[in-house]
Amino acid sequence: MQTDFPRNSGVPLDPSWFDRVSVNTPAADRRAATLTTRRSVKKDHQAAWLCKAITLTDLTTLAGDDTPARVQRLCAKARQPIRADIAEALGVDLTVGAVCVYPTMVPHAVRALSGSGIPVASVATGFPAGLMPLPLRLAEIRWAVDQGADEIDIVITREHALLGNWSALYDEIAAMREACGAAHMKAILATGELKTLTNVYAASMVAMQAGADFIKTSTGKEDVNATLPVSLVMCRAIRDYRAASGQIVGFKPAGGIRSAKDAMNWLVLMKEELGLRWMQPDLFRFGASSMLADIERQLEHHVTGRYSAANRHPLA
Amino acid sequence: MSKVRTLMETMDYGPAPESNADVLTWLARTPAVGHWIGGAHVAEGPLSDVVNPATGAVLTQLHTAGESQVDAAVQAARAAFPAWSARPGHERARYLYAIARAVQKRERFLSVLETMDNGKTIRETRDIDIPLVARHFYHHAGWAELIDSEFPGHGPVGVCGQIIPWNFPLLMLAWKVAPALAAGNTVVLKPADLTPLTAHALAEICVEIGLPPGVLNIVQGGGPTGALVAGHPGVDKVAFTGSTEVGRVIRRQIAGTGKKLSLELGGKSPFIVFEDADLEAAIEGVVDAIWFNQGEVCCAGSRILVQEGIAPRFFARLAERMESLRVGDPLDKCTDVGAVVSARQLQRINDLLAQGQAEGATLHRAPGQLPANGCFSAPGFFTGTTPASTVSQVEIFGPVAVTMTFRHPDEAVQLANDTRYGLAASVWSENISKAIDVAARVKAGVVWINATNIFDAGAAFGGMRESGFGREGGREGMREYLTRRSGPKPHTRKLTAVNFDPAPLTETVAQAASGGVDITARHWIGGKWTRADSGQSASVRGANGAVLGQVAIGSRKDIRNAVEAAAKAGGWGGVTAHNRAQVLYFLAENLDQRRGEFADLITASTGGDGTAEVDQAIRRAFWAAAQADKVDGTVRATKSAHVTLHINEPWGVMGVICPDESPLLALIALVMPALAMGNRVVCVPSQVHPLVAARFAQVAAVSDLPAGALNIVTGPSDMLAKTLAEHDEVAALWYCGSAEGSAMVERAAADNLKATRVDHGHLRDWADLADAAADLRAAVQVKTLWLPYGA
Repeated sequence: MQTDFPRNSGVPLDPSWFDRVSVNTPAADRRAATLTTRRSVKKDHQAAWLCKAITLTDLTTLAGDDTPARVQRLCAKARQPIRADIAEALGVDLTVGAVCVYPTMVPHAVRALSGSGIPVASVATGFPAGLMPLPLRLAEIRWAVDQGADEIDIVITREHALLGNWSALYDEIAAMREACGAAHMKAILATGELKTLTNVYAASMVAMQAGADFIKTSTGKEDVNATLPVSLVMCRAIRDYRAASGQIVGFKPAGGIRSAKDAMNWLVLMKEELGLRWMQPDLFRFGASSMLADIERQLEHHVTGRYSAANRHPLA
Repeated sequence: MSKVRTLMETMDYGPAPESNADVLTWLARTPAVGHWIGGAHVAEGPLSDVVNPATGAVLTQLHTAGESQVDAAVQAARAAFPAWSARPGHERARYLYAIARAVQKRERFLSVLETMDNGKTIRETRDIDIPLVARHFYHHAGWAELIDSEFPGHGPVGVCGQIIPWNFPLLMLAWKVAPALAAGNTVVLKPADLTPLTAHALAEICVEIGLPPGVLNIVQGGGPTGALVAGHPGVDKVAFTGSTEVGRVIRRQIAGTGKKLSLELGGKSPFIVFEDADLEAAIEGVVDAIWFNQGEVCCAGSRILVQEGIAPRFFARLAERMESLRVGDPLDKCTDVGAVVSARQLQRINDLLAQGQAEGATLHRAPGQLPANGCFSAPGFFTGTTPASTVSQVEIFGPVAVTMTFRHPDEAVQLANDTRYGLAASVWSENISKAIDVAARVKAGVVWINATNIFDAGAAFGGMRESGFGREGGREGMREYLTRRSGPKPHTRKLTAVNFDPAPLTETVAQAASGGVDITARHWIGGKWTRADSGQSASVRGANGAVLGQVAIGSRKDIRNAVEAAAKAGGWGGVTAHNRAQVLYFLAENLDQRRGEFADLITASTGGDGTAEVDQAIRRAFWAAAQADKVDGTVRATKSAHVTLHINEPWGVMGVICPDESPLLALIALVMPALAMGNRVVCVPSQVHPLVAARFAQVAAVSDLPAGALNIVTGPSDMLAKTLAEHDEVAALWYCGSAEGSAMVERAAADNLKATRVDHGHLRDWADLADAAADLRAAVQVKTLWLPYGA
């Protein structure tokens, strides 16, 4: 991943950065609800924002029935996420942010993306539940990195967060970060299972203190995945971590983000809470699989003025 | 590079204007806005421009109503009143429901029109103002439907003159008109001359839904037109929302006319942030508090009080947050702060900001270029302001807050209450015990915990202190437009001239001559018998002309002392209602034990049936004691996941002026409910028969009432009433006496806008328990407490 800032090196665990923070849920809900009603992006600006969203997408397949051909097809879509004539009409040349797969699919993705510059991201550490012995989880990371993964999306042990075992959580994530080596690490908090926003904030802060390059909301497998209030709280944690440590961490909402409208909403959140710098692929990614198809249709509409249909766009 | 490619770099929002084509069409066919009287549009009166403050463009012209138009409107309302008020509530509900539906169907149109007229952002008109307008009419359609069962024995007041401000033009119209019409009143409404357009559009909606002519009348114009409406003899009730200054003028203008009055005035509302608050939530709270509606909000959280330990971080973060606020074209859907309503208002804001800086405070303002044209004011806040700063005391009514720090909850409350106003407050803490404690101690009609500026038609809104009196919304709001259906016209009290003559008598007083000890009653102040400050006493004569004893001649200074004693007795309002009930029961029992003695004294004093009066008085005393722990607040269904509490709070120090007649019963009927609800009372008893009250004080003295909870000052009623009415520490005043005295009290009370309840010289049936229920309600003011919840 190309960045113009040093990687987050983490800091020693310091609970004082989060143990006095109590997030007021109705207030966070209210802010999240009004964030998107306060802003509106239209016409060329909207097209630009949607194109941008494509470049920020970790095009993802994380299914039990993934096969090499399926992954190859996804990678082809990653190389050319919108139809050539639409890209030409818009005057853009786009690729997605990354392709995200299970570890055993990494070699197929690496092959399919070779020469494209598109990074391969792999989930690891016993995704999605993460309830495997730590050595096995660390070995899985190393294996995926060996296979050519540029980014590793790890899952945290929810038990540690739910029981407030912050040092156990810290140690685990720090060990994972070490196992990642040069690969960038995204820490999936599985916020739908942490339930409270106060837990989300604390877990975010511990993950960053332990050296995560990104914090990520969800596996996509929880009952509740990325939501705006959760994302709001994680963005605030990123801001606070930067203020306290001087270090920069990225954000990845994942799961349940399906529409062009969703993409716009999250971009508004990023612009308002963290600013333009956090709207670049080195600091922001969408974890999504079906969102791209909706964006394509919207972009075609922008170009032609006619509403589009899904079958006019190549499958991912 | 393609345009899209370039925009991918900047990721600007770009323009997102809401279309105003429909409104421009409407304006084109509305070259001038006139009045709406008796169902007809009336284009009379001098013309002036209606200006869009965001662009300076003239939108249309406005006719100003003079005496003849206002008179015609009141006549139309009077003419429509009998039929409208006689309709079943269900029928009135249908009309209100139709208005609500029509508003909803035209939300976009009304939002754009409001934005162009006022300068407020389309986001706010679209998401807040207009939806709340519809909600208000729907809610009150419900009250109209239920009026007979929910308010038995009550009926409309008559013709209501309503004067509304420019900051929420259509919403304030809804707050005024919906309850008035629901209750069966007819209305003459005067919108603000700066923002007359949505009222005109609503008149068109009323035509469309077939509202009977004259039920609602609209007259346009400025302050002078408002004065004509308030002062018109055909108006029975005046409702005003606007500045405290004008509220005072209206209070004085209609003093003594018998018109019912509700005032919703200014504020300098505290926004209290504790160190254990969710600071990010509180930062967004500030955005919604003072940068909402360009700060042109009477309940804006304009005094930000931050716990000292977190203040530097909070202010730094606030400055940072301010940077992403977008100021500009209010029709743009990305705008956070639109235009201030007029150039004059902008100048006023700028003058105050300059004064704040001249007094040494630091002004922080959002960076960025303001639009070249139009009335724009960058959001901001002061640091380095103190309670003494002009900008801490005066309403800026613009997007700039003052800030102060505090050390602990006690100091937060002290600072919060260090103001003449008492409209709203916002408390930020994740500690629920602390937040509710502070909410309970803050003097404000509305308190939001971990939230701000949340409104609902079902929740009461209104102020304490110089923020006015009366409530809008919910059951309390309905009561402002209802009155008890009375029987025949009440009799006027026959006044007895009383001569408080300190000179020696020329006759021999029977009592002393017969070997008895003379009765010389002193004032009962702060739990002590106190001689009159003047040192003077006067003789009191009984029904047969014989001297019954001597009574202290009270003066201004005795009132001063009594109010001071009452002010110190704040604990009475804090004890449990059970505790107050027990004390009042004890008082009633003690009175009961001396039943015969009181009966004799009353008979000797009044020549009436003393036994009957004592009997009724004792019953009423027990009744009031029983009520002490029964007048409960309520929890309302407003928004989901919000607890909305309505808490009955005592006024604080109350003045009670008793009538000449029924010296014991009237005193008990007035004083006991006031005490039961936790008020401290300064009572001026019957000036004709003051010895009864003096003896009652003896009973009170042995009944465990804390010192200062009840104070009795005897003497010339109206003179003492005037001192009480003018006293800034007195929060509410009840007066029974003459018509002139009533006028005097209402006029004098305008200074601190205390709530008054005067009888205009009308006699009352002191034994009637329905009136007694009204006494209880009048002895409290409602605090609305909002508590959003969520784990």
